[in-house]
Amino acid sequence: MLTSVAIVFDGLVYASWLFTVSVGLTLIYGVMKILNIAHGSLYALGAYAAAYLVGAYLGGGYPPLFSYLVLLAAAIAVGAFFGVLIERGILRLMYGRDEVLMVLVTYAVFLVLEDAVKVIFGVDPYFASQPYGLLGTVDVLGLPYPVYDFGLIALALLAGIGVWWGLNRTRRGKLLTAVIHDREMSVAFGINVTAVFLVTFIIGSMLGALGGAFTAPKVSVVPGIGVEVIVLAFAVVVIGGLGSIGGAMIGALIVGLARAAAVHLLPQAELFVIYGVMSLVLAFRPHGLFARPATRKI
Amino acid sequence: MSFAKDKTLIGLALAIPALLAAGAILPDWLRFLLQVSLASGLAALGVTLQMRAGLVSFGQGLYFCLGGYAAGMAGHFLGVTDAFVLLALGVLVPSAVAVLLGFLMARYREIFFAMLSLAFSMILYGILVKAEALGSTDGFNLPKATFLGYAPSGAALRFATYALTCVAAVTVAMALHRYLTSPMGFIGEAIRENELRVEYLGTSPRTIVHVKYVIAAAVSGVGGALAALSVGHIDPDMAYWTTSGNFVFVALLSGTGSVAAPLIGAFLLELVRIYAVEYSPYTWQMILGATMLLVILFLPGGLWSLVARRGRGA
Amino acid sequence: MAAVLEAKDVCKSFGAVVAADNITLSVNEREIVGIIGANGAGKTTFVNMVTGYLKPDGGSIRHRGHDITRLAPRLIARLGVCRSFQIPQIFTKLSVFDNLLVALVIAERRDRHFFRAVRRAATVADAERILESYGIAGYRDQIAGTLPQGVRKLLDIAMATVGEPGLILLDEPTSGISVDEKFQVMDTLMAALKRCGSTILFVEHDMEIVERYAGRVAAFYEGRIIADGAPAAVLTDPDVRQYVVGAELHRRAETREASRC
Repeated sequence: MLTSVAIVFDGLVYASWLFTVSVGLTLIYGVMKILNIAHGSLYALGAYAAAYLVGAYLGGGYPPLFSYLVLLAAAIAVGAFFGVLIERGILRLMYGRDEVLMVLVTYAVFLVLEDAVKVIFGVDPYFASQPYGLLGTVDVLGLPYPVYDFGLIALALLAGIGVWWGLNRTRRGKLLTAVIHDREMSVAFGINVTAVFLVTFIIGSMLGALGGAFTAPKVSVVPGIGVEVIVLAFAVVVIGGLGSIGGAMIGALIVGLARAAAVHLLPQAELFVIYGVMSLVLAFRPHGLFARPATRKI
Repeated sequence: MSFAKDKTLIGLALAIPALLAAGAILPDWLRFLLQVSLASGLAALGVTLQMRAGLVSFGQGLYFCLGGYAAGMAGHFLGVTDAFVLLALGVLVPSAVAVLLGFLMARYREIFFAMLSLAFSMILYGILVKAEALGSTDGFNLPKATFLGYAPSGAALRFATYALTCVAAVTVAMALHRYLTSPMGFIGEAIRENELRVEYLGTSPRTIVHVKYVIAAAVSGVGGALAALSVGHIDPDMAYWTTSGNFVFVALLSGTGSVAAPLIGAFLLELVRIYAVEYSPYTWQMILGATMLLVILFLPGGLWSLVARRGRGA
Repeated sequence: MAAVLEAKDVCKSFGAVVAADNITLSVNEREIVGIIGANGAGKTTFVNMVTGYLKPDGGSIRHRGHDITRLAPRLIARLGVCRSFQIPQIFTKLSVFDNLLVALVIAERRDRHFFRAVRRAATVADAERILESYGIAGYRDQIAGTLPQGVRKLLDIAMATVGEPGLILLDEPTSGISVDEKFQVMDTLMAALKRCGSTILFVEHDMEIVERYAGRVAAFYEGRIIADGAPAAVLTDPDVRQYVVGAELHRRAETREASRC
């Protein structure tokens, strides 16, 4: 009984992490049809910036309670700065080109940023654990859970609802997703495609950085955390269907619970669980659970 | 085309004695570099092979590593030292895995194919890193190689493994060239152009892609086994995404025109890397990435093989 | 001898849209059938189901007695049922000659061959012959992506007929071709197709083309066949005039006829 509770809660916590780090990726794909491999780097940059800023902030003797705002600020700053840099500096030159070339471009940006992280922050691990323990723990049927983790679940929900609402319930959002894949069509509708792409990319980058920033207090921030994330995020997003926010949420839940089950019941399978789920879903639904229906080609 | 008329085959055949002669003259470090780069050049060749079908593999390190570990484990745990047997294992094990994985991978293109290939290589990396019996991140050493009974040591051993690497790499390149100029290779190009049309002409693009995937895996596996024999040591880094990234980089820059190009490109890259890493150890990926961006943005002609795909209905 | 194509009660729906409503059609050896209908009537859906792109929800499709309803497109093509496309599906970066080579290599079942050259003498001769019969020999070495629309269509159709299929389905062969070229294109391809003795089904919007080349016409409307028979009869059928051809158009033609007398 206790194990089941542990599985559910661990699963929810992990699922919310997965969702937060994946939603930016699926948003950018859904609107811009670009798979941003550099998303992993945004996560890493968010984590590093957060760890560094929190360290400086707390070192300066400021009230610890506001360190959460510092985390948020780090994410926003990183997302805005690198989002603009990447989109205006590089992606803008590549729109309309072959999808495979776009993948190579974001991969190349990823390579550059992975080293950029090392150059800016060095290779030693960063720690910023104070915000994690600050809110204490809460007892769930005898198992202690840090309140911070519940905060993460709330954060994931907020992010998810916010993005989903913006895309599916606002008039602008719906129009956007319907036509954005055809640039000419969008312009004919009076949509400022340039601005839309920039804003979407910035928001997506911020979400990626947000994932990193709020994870920083829980882990040691080292080079290479970005690459794990991009692979995991892709797997989660693919399960739900590229471009689907709801799909990413469901994908995150499935994987989160499956992994928690594995950790408690069969630890050796932990690594395989996410890829196992992904392969299983792909075997029956080659493009994910909620993939867009394919248009007739001929 | 018969052997005598094919310039590429002749050129490659002549490369063998040329390389062997060079091996006798060049300083040790340069010869070793040549050897190691021929091995990784084969993996890059595997990447270009898939690029000709319009597929980008970000995880070719999977098969490079499988080839190396197949040879390494046979050597370290089973005491097999014969280099030819180890090479054969370096072909068989990755091929077997590719036949299985290919059932999934051959259904995908573009983004999915690229990311799934990355995912699988990182799975292998994860497994190897956690495997205590295999030395985790440290990996393990291979015993000294023997050659059908002949058991050299010292300089003779080094030259023998060098000779093996050269002959094996060039032979593989020649076989691949033959494949690419065969009807199967020709149809492979057509698949990249317009897969739909190929299906409606009466053959299965998926099967042809699957075959190509397995061949690329086999070629990379040979590279991995040769790398293992050359260095005498293997570790999980062979499957890490940065290793695969190097292969992609070489493949991208050398293009898909000639089978020799990736082999030469790999050598040049290694040469550049030695100096780059000395001056600035943490910026190698950055240099690669920046160069890739420059090539993509300003030399798209060099990447015609990727851009050439149009067949999606319009 | 079983019919070349026998579609029985073929049904297909996309959600609430009924694209095919119990379609029954039988085509015999060497017939030339024109398929007409307004946009969305179900013509291309029918062609797509016959050639395997879509699977019907119900009913059966047989080719010379062979059930091809659920077969994959490539298997259907191998049985001798080929098609051309509304938007020509060609290999844009290859030369016209190489385009045909690809089709020939696959038709000769050599696509899995590792040995023997691509350009065998026999294959090359076949390619030259096909180029001649479609009148595009002058474009032999040109890159397919740079061809004018009419030539693209011819190339697309030529590739489809390489294996001398028993049944060929043409999807709007003259769409996108200028008025002065269209008869030339149709004459060429009909002559080439007649030479290999194929049965022909073509989807067309251009009634002049249908009148001139079809031996039989099937009119589609809302997923059903509303008329099936000789061109003169079908094109003057009141239902067809109302739903497909357009009463206005016909009346104008009649007035022109009348004023000429």
